[in-house]
Amino acid sequence: MAIATVPGAGIDVGSQAPAPVDPRRARRNRRLKDNLTGYAFLIGAVICFAFFSWYPMIRGVVMSFQRTRAGETTWVGWDNYDRIVNDPSFWTAWQNTLYFTVLALILGYAVPFFLAVLLNEFRHAKGYLRILVYLPVMLPPASALFLFKYLAYDPSDAGLFNSILKGLGLPTSQWMQSTDMTMPAMVIASTWMNMGGAVLIYLAALQNIPGELYEAAELDGAGLWRRITNVTIPQTKLILSLMAMLQVVATMQLFIEPLILANGAGSEDSATSVVYLIYQHGFFQNDLNGAAALGVIMLVALIGFSAVYARLNAQQD
Amino acid sequence: MAQQSETRSLVSFAQLQRGRGKAIYWTLLITVLILFTLVFIGPLYWMVTGALKSSPELAQTPPTLWPADPQPENYTEAWDRLALAKLLFNTFYYAIGALVFQLVLDTAAAYALSKLRPKLGNLVLGMMLATLMIPAMVLIIPQYVTVIDLPILHISLIDSPFAIWLPAVANAFNIFLLKRFFDSIPEDLMSAATMDGAGPMRTLWSIVLPISRPILGVVSIFAVTAVWKDFLWPKLVMPSPETRTISVGIYAFSGGTPQNVVVAAAVIAAIPTIVFFLIFQRSIMSGLTAGGLKE
Repeated sequence: MAIATVPGAGIDVGSQAPAPVDPRRARRNRRLKDNLTGYAFLIGAVICFAFFSWYPMIRGVVMSFQRTRAGETTWVGWDNYDRIVNDPSFWTAWQNTLYFTVLALILGYAVPFFLAVLLNEFRHAKGYLRILVYLPVMLPPASALFLFKYLAYDPSDAGLFNSILKGLGLPTSQWMQSTDMTMPAMVIASTWMNMGGAVLIYLAALQNIPGELYEAAELDGAGLWRRITNVTIPQTKLILSLMAMLQVVATMQLFIEPLILANGAGSEDSATSVVYLIYQHGFFQNDLNGAAALGVIMLVALIGFSAVYARLNAQQD
Repeated sequence: MAQQSETRSLVSFAQLQRGRGKAIYWTLLITVLILFTLVFIGPLYWMVTGALKSSPELAQTPPTLWPADPQPENYTEAWDRLALAKLLFNTFYYAIGALVFQLVLDTAAAYALSKLRPKLGNLVLGMMLATLMIPAMVLIIPQYVTVIDLPILHISLIDSPFAIWLPAVANAFNIFLLKRFFDSIPEDLMSAATMDGAGPMRTLWSIVLPISRPILGVVSIFAVTAVWKDFLWPKLVMPSPETRTISVGIYAFSGGTPQNVVVAAAVIAAIPTIVFFLIFQRSIMSGLTAGGLKE
């Protein structure tokens, strides 16, 4: 369908212009033609953005103030917001999502940086180690999560994690069956799946640190730890703070982990996330409008977070 | 691999070559090699062998390291029962289509924004980049509603591959990557082509695209893996069993299927991405850092 807008389709638009005498007019014609050519190349992507990105943004806000019942759409003011905020799972979903985000920040943020600093020191097997950390990122998340669900988080002693814990003489866990372990278990799975990208990005940043800085620090008698805090971290500060923001926005969108590992809500709602609640309202409770309202709430929260974060960062410098 | 060894990092190269430094370096390296292999390959090994075990063996304590009685029929059962051939074909078809649409339309758009620069170009670019601020999951409901009944055209794209291909084109990150690369192509080269009478299409085809091969590779890899890994969107817009993607198909069957068969299916679903990764790992790794994330 949109294939008709492939580049080249609109190029000849102005070429039949009669040989003009007036040079000003000729120039204007030429500029018009150039512009039209430009738009012809743009149009395919613009149509896709319009239909699947720009329009849905507006539509999302509009439909959060409407209600469609039996094919009839009416304006209902804040009703959808009212209903969604009073959903018994609403606050639990936010709590869970925030808890996941914080846990993922503790585990999934510090660990990749530490690994990148370590990997950057190695002069051997660099390629192999990089391939290893990135390998899980390439797995389809559904595949990786069934691995965790059935083999690693098996609550009996036959599970991979429990048999390792038992082998080490540590207490075993019920994993997804235990309301306390649900979130940490999801964070472990999610970090394993997603960490590789961050490690590689940090590695690239570390390689851009000029060696002379370490040289100078060492001459000044700075030990290993001082060199990390006084050279490595300040030199990668920008990327570190950017990645923190991206990670928060990504982990707030937690969805597939609860869906597969915890069959959605988990025991006693311990896994319900905000996006899962959107999905639940939209596709099981036949409440697309309520789901859209929750989407808008989430959007405002995330944009608010990003703005405050960017502000704080700018103030620090 | 060792091309950076001249620039020093945290610990100086010389320090690692003698006495205590050398001993620590090698102990650490070997520990990390073993740990990484266990942490990142271990689960995959567990998955492949777990799918070979019989159901009673899977539930046995302590678990066996290697299946006592390997049952390759778990894999064939997964293949037949979940119709994996069809699911793999679907996923492959959606991935290739998304790749073609993105390459044609996003490249054309990035070229227009970078080199042709029509009047409203910057506005369009700004509006495209603004979409990067919107988390994908937040838009899922209105996007779904749009796809059910496209505005103006009033057609539904449900169960049509266009429901995956066209939204894939609306990828501001790819357009940004391409535009940034095109920006670095010297203007002289472009005007030389214009002097020789080459039109914009000709210039794009025979000058810009050949130079841009590395970035086109990166965008292609992103396009294919994004479709292969996606879950919620294909689950919503490809609801019938005949049009499902592999991840959605496995999820849909997981309820009433024995665990070892589900895991076997998950292994089969992962094989294409792993092979793809091992072939293209160089471009994938360099592409990751091409996103302007350098300091």
